[in-house]
Amino acid sequence: MSTIIETPPQATGNKVILCEGNEAAALAVALARPDMVAVYPITPQSSLVEHVAKLIAEGRMDADIVDAEGEHSVLSALQGGALAGARTYTATCGPGLAFMFEPYFRTPGMRLPLVMTIVTRDGITPQSVWGGHQDAMTVREAGWIQIYCESVQEVLDTTVMAFKIAEHHDVMLPVNVCLDGNYLSYGASRVEMPDQAEVDEFLGDKNVNWHVALDPLRPMAVDPLTGGSGGKGPSSFVRYRRGQCRGMQNALRVITEAHEEWAQRFGRRFAPLVESYRMDDAEFALMTLGSMTGAAKDTVDEAREAGKKVGLVKIKTFSPFPVEALKQALSGIKALGVVDRAVDFRWNCGPMYRETLGVLYRLGRHLPTASFIGGLAGADLTLEHFHRVIDATEALLDGPAPDEPVWLNAND
Amino acid sequence: MEAVSACPSFSARDYKSDVKPVWCPGCGDYSVLSSITKAMAELSVPPENVALVSGIGCSSRIPAYTNVFGFHGVHGRALPIATGLKISRPELTVIASGGDGDGFSIGGNHFMHACRRNVDMTYIVMDNEVYGMTKGQASPTTAPDWEKSKLTPEGTGINPFRPLVIALASGANFIARSFSGDPNHSARMIAEAIRHPGFSFVQILSPCVTFRPEQRDWKAGIRQAPVDATTDAARAARRLMTDDGFNIGVLFRGDRKPFQPSMKARVESVRDLEKEFRI
Repeated sequence: MSTIIETPPQATGNKVILCEGNEAAALAVALARPDMVAVYPITPQSSLVEHVAKLIAEGRMDADIVDAEGEHSVLSALQGGALAGARTYTATCGPGLAFMFEPYFRTPGMRLPLVMTIVTRDGITPQSVWGGHQDAMTVREAGWIQIYCESVQEVLDTTVMAFKIAEHHDVMLPVNVCLDGNYLSYGASRVEMPDQAEVDEFLGDKNVNWHVALDPLRPMAVDPLTGGSGGKGPSSFVRYRRGQCRGMQNALRVITEAHEEWAQRFGRRFAPLVESYRMDDAEFALMTLGSMTGAAKDTVDEAREAGKKVGLVKIKTFSPFPVEALKQALSGIKALGVVDRAVDFRWNCGPMYRETLGVLYRLGRHLPTASFIGGLAGADLTLEHFHRVIDATEALLDGPAPDEPVWLNAND
Repeated sequence: MEAVSACPSFSARDYKSDVKPVWCPGCGDYSVLSSITKAMAELSVPPENVALVSGIGCSSRIPAYTNVFGFHGVHGRALPIATGLKISRPELTVIASGGDGDGFSIGGNHFMHACRRNVDMTYIVMDNEVYGMTKGQASPTTAPDWEKSKLTPEGTGINPFRPLVIALASGANFIARSFSGDPNHSARMIAEAIRHPGFSFVQILSPCVTFRPEQRDWKAGIRQAPVDATTDAARAARRLMTDDGFNIGVLFRGDRKPFQPSMKARVESVRDLEKEFRI
C-alpha cells in the first residue's frame, strides 16, 4: 500500500510516495490509461496485477480487466483487444511466460504494440520461485523489445515510456519492461509520481491498430497464410520479417528519443540503451543488468578508492541489442567481466556475455573477457561478490582468460 | 484391479516421507495427505509401485510429503504426465493430485481429455475454491460474488466450474466427493477410486483456513449422499446437476473399458506398411 510521504513544492502536482516495484509498475500502467488488461497470478508478479485490479476497482483506472484461465489466454485476449484498437497491458514471469510462448512469438509478427512487465524469475527446473533473468533471456529471440530496470523509480518511468515506444509509428512492436523479481518487485523505495496531464501529453494519442485491425468498416483477413504453400510465395513472408527487424532497429532511436523527452519533461534522466559509470579513464570494466547494478556501482566506488581503474557498463535495453552504444562504451578498456543472472546453455556462459562477444568482434580488437554467473534463483549479489568480479577481471590484464564461467554463488 | 497386487501389509506411516509440510496450520490438505497414505495402506500396495504426480499450488506439494515415487510437474500439467507414466508402466498405481486452480483453470483442458481417455488412474483434487499459493485469488470453483480477492474485488461475475458434472460429461469412469474433515471417509473414497478401473475422479473439499476462513463452516453442511452410487450416467447427471456440492460419497461408478494402448509394435518394418499401400 502506497503512502504519500511528501509533496515537493517545486513539482507541479507531483507526489512522492513510498512503494514497491510491483506497485510502481501498476501505477505507471494507470498513468498510461490502457483500455484492457488481462491477468493470471504467478509469483512474484501477483501483487502487481492485484494493484492494477485495485486501481480499476477504485475507479482510478478505466480499463476492462480479464481474469483469464492461464497465461496463454491472457496474451491471446490482449491480441484480440489490440486488434480491435485497445491499448493493452499484462505482466507475467517464469513458467507463466513459458506457457505464453505461442502467442508471445506471434505478437511482434503482428506488430501489436502491447506492453508486458516481466517480473523476472529464474527458470524451472530445479523448482524455484525466486528471481533471476532466465525467463526473459530464454525468450529473447522472439522479437519483443526488452528493457531492464535498475530501480523502482526506473520501473515506473520506463513502464510509461514503454507505451510510447511500442506505439511509435516506426516501431509498432510489443515491449517487455523487465523488473527483477524479489529485489524490485517487493523492494520499497521513494518514488516520484509524474503528473497525469503531463503523462497524457507525453504519450499523445493512442496508436494501436492503424495497420492491422478487426474493424467492420475496414474488413481485412488478419495474418493469412504466406510462404510457398498456398500463399503468395516467400517474398511476402520475407517482407514481413524484414519489416519486423527494421522496427527493432528503429526502436534503438525511438527508445533514446523517448528517454530524452522524459528527461526534459520530468527531470529524471536514465541511460536509454547503455549506461557508462566511471568509465572515462577506466582500464577495465564490469558489465551488469538490472537491479544488481546498485551493488556493483558501490563496489566500483570502493575499488576506485583503492586505486583500481575500474568502470561499469550497464545495459538497459537488451533487445534490440545496443551494438553501437556498447561499441562506444567498451572502446577504451583492456579487459571486461560480464555478470549474468542467467545461463546460456549452448555456450556455457551468461547470455549477456555471449551477446557482448559479438560486439567485441565488431570493435575489431581482441579483449580478454570473463563470464560471471550469479544471482540465480534469488541468490544475493553483494559487494563481496563484485569485489571478486573486479579482482578476477583485473587479473585478465596480465593473465589468461578462463575458459569456464565463474559461478559466483557456488559456495553460498 | 490389476495394478494393486496383494503384498505384505503396510501401515500409513510407510507411505509418509520425513519432509515436514509447509501448509498453514489448519489446512485441509494435512488430512488429505493422511487419507492418501491410509488408502494405500488399506490396499497394501508397495510404495515403490505407486507414482504420485502433481502440478503447482499448495496441494501440489503433496508428492514431497510421501514416500512413493513423486513428480512435481508444471502448473496444470499433472494429468498429461500421469497419463504418459501409466501408459508406459501400466503395472503401477498412478495418482494425480492438485488443487482446483491447477486442475480446472490452467489445466482444465487436460481434465476433460483425461476423463475422456479413461486411462486407469486416480485424480484427487483438493478443492478450496481459491488460489492459495499466490495468496488468495478466485479459482474456477469460486462463487461469482466472492469479493475477498484483491484481483477480483467485485467478484468474478463468472459461473463456477462444476468439476463433477464436467467429469461425468467428459467420460470419467468413477466420480466421488469427500471432505478433508472426514479423513476416514476420504481414505475410503480414494481406495475405492484406485480399485475402480479407468479414470477415477475424487473431489475432496479441503478448506483454506487462510484465504477462505469461512470454509471452516463446511463441516456443518457436509452430509452423506442420500442415495447409493449409480452406474447410470443419466441418473448421475441429474443428481450432480441438482446437487448443492456438499453430498459426499461415490456418486457415479461407470463400466467403460480403460484405455491402455498395446506397447507391442504393430508392424514389423516400413516394408510391411508399404505392402499395405501397394495397389
